[in-house]
Amino acid sequence: MHPAFSIIVFTTLSGLGYGLAAVLGLGILDPAAMATKLAHLAALVLIGVGLLSSTLHLGNPQRAWRALSQWRSSWLSREGVMALLTFLPLLWSAWFAVVEGRHAPVAGLLGAAGAAVTIYCTGMIYASLKSVQTWHTPLTPLCFILFALSGGLTLASLAGAAGGGDALWPALGAIAATIAAWIAKTAWRRRMLSLRPLSTPETATGLGSIGKVRLFERPHMNENYLTREMGFVIARKHAAKLARISFLAGGALPVLLLLVAAALSAVPVTAAVVIACAALLHYAGMFVERWLFFAEARHAVMNYYEG
Amino acid sequence: MTSLPTERSAKKLGLVIDLDVCVGCHACVVSCKEWNTGGYGAALSDQDPYGPNVSGTFLNRIHSFEVVPEGGEVIGEAGEARIVHFPKSCLHCDDAPCVTVCPTGASYKRGEDGIVLVDEDKCIGCGLCAWACPYGAREMDLAAGVMKKCTLCVDRIYNETLQEVDRVPSCVRTCPANARHYGDLADPSSAVSIMVAERGGIDLMPEQGTRPVNKYLPPRPRKPLAASAGALLAENTTGASGFFAWLDGMLDRI
Repeated sequence: MHPAFSIIVFTTLSGLGYGLAAVLGLGILDPAAMATKLAHLAALVLIGVGLLSSTLHLGNPQRAWRALSQWRSSWLSREGVMALLTFLPLLWSAWFAVVEGRHAPVAGLLGAAGAAVTIYCTGMIYASLKSVQTWHTPLTPLCFILFALSGGLTLASLAGAAGGGDALWPALGAIAATIAAWIAKTAWRRRMLSLRPLSTPETATGLGSIGKVRLFERPHMNENYLTREMGFVIARKHAAKLARISFLAGGALPVLLLLVAAALSAVPVTAAVVIACAALLHYAGMFVERWLFFAEARHAVMNYYEG
Repeated sequence: MTSLPTERSAKKLGLVIDLDVCVGCHACVVSCKEWNTGGYGAALSDQDPYGPNVSGTFLNRIHSFEVVPEGGEVIGEAGEARIVHFPKSCLHCDDAPCVTVCPTGASYKRGEDGIVLVDEDKCIGCGLCAWACPYGAREMDLAAGVMKKCTLCVDRIYNETLQEVDRVPSCVRTCPANARHYGDLADPSSAVSIMVAERGGIDLMPEQGTRPVNKYLPPRPRKPLAASAGALLAENTTGASGFFAWLDGMLDRI
């Protein structure tokens, strides 16, 4: 599948934002600290930029509001509805933190629940597609949720340390979530690598009863929408290497840095710098992970194109 | 509404494509593009139309496949090695996954005849329906930013201003080999249903659970070449009679 830049930015940034918003909603940071107030704003900005980015790949973004109508059947519609609904408790929660300097437990919990459901809907957009076997597993939304949580806890521990407070617990939480996320992702990747294709050129053409089916001529000499959108293969050459890079940047190194930060939690400024490095690496790792998520996925239509 | 219709009529309009007959001439591709670029919804645009990287929106494309049986690389060696020309357009599935994923209600399946359509005024061009379709039946028009797909020529088949013979999809009307047939596949007495029953019509990718309405008729078994060649082409002339027996005798004597 074609890894559209806008979709990668959308899923990674909004994932990070919702993760942070959910952690803030649980009220584990000092609501009076300036860093916590900034974290609330940062979560809203990340979510907002992510959602705006998602409209960039639309052919007719001026009609995007229509996407709120089909929540009965469409995960994409559900995601849009949940994203908008979740803004209410998140804004409420951010208002209390930024303006009044206190935690709003009800709004916080509602926001955390809304964030989790929104991310789940994002994951289900992909997991619901039977035509892309790699994505068609409950592990897909699980990975989305755990990566959002791991990124959110990393940013929350940054805010905790930067606010001069105790970053030990959020940092330990971030370590646990990052490990959990990579366990889920490893299971996801193992499943992908061991998949037997559900559809083959033989079933796609119905000619398997005669023999092995091989493409002789494409319909047209040049690329078309289908081969550009569904037949992306550039990253597959370096897929294994990129997967290791995403694990290092998005998992192993942030966990090491967070351990260092946890050990340094008595010196919040140093801890904050270390956690900031962990957060940047984490985002880079997520970006590569999401790129691969698309680039490695094979669409059933490629059975007609030998892709 | 992008839920699949709950109340369906007994009608399932669709195509039957005869893979034994299709010669891969692409006439249906051209006539489809010609009719539908001026018909239902936005025009079917081309990008870089006179340049080296020309590409465009098509609702119907013809692939060609080699089918090679085990141990039968060469035609006639073993099995039925052959080239099969393979027209592919929307199959108007009963359980159309492209319909239910649509976030806006633009993509829908009609209850009255089962045709899957896109209401282009509602389409935001997100492309999710094209991802959901395992067959590649949907293509985004890059100029209009809306999803295009086969309409089963809904603006022909019910069009009473056309002569009755023309009230079939453009691809069917134009096929010079008569490889494409249109009709009601829910009616067991329709010509298309009889064809499907007699020739063992098949679904594409049944494992995807889409329950396509369109059916494909598999190529007929081949006759070995020797079965068509008469005895007179062979080395052996025993059994020849009449003029050929006389000719055989004369030629032997020369």
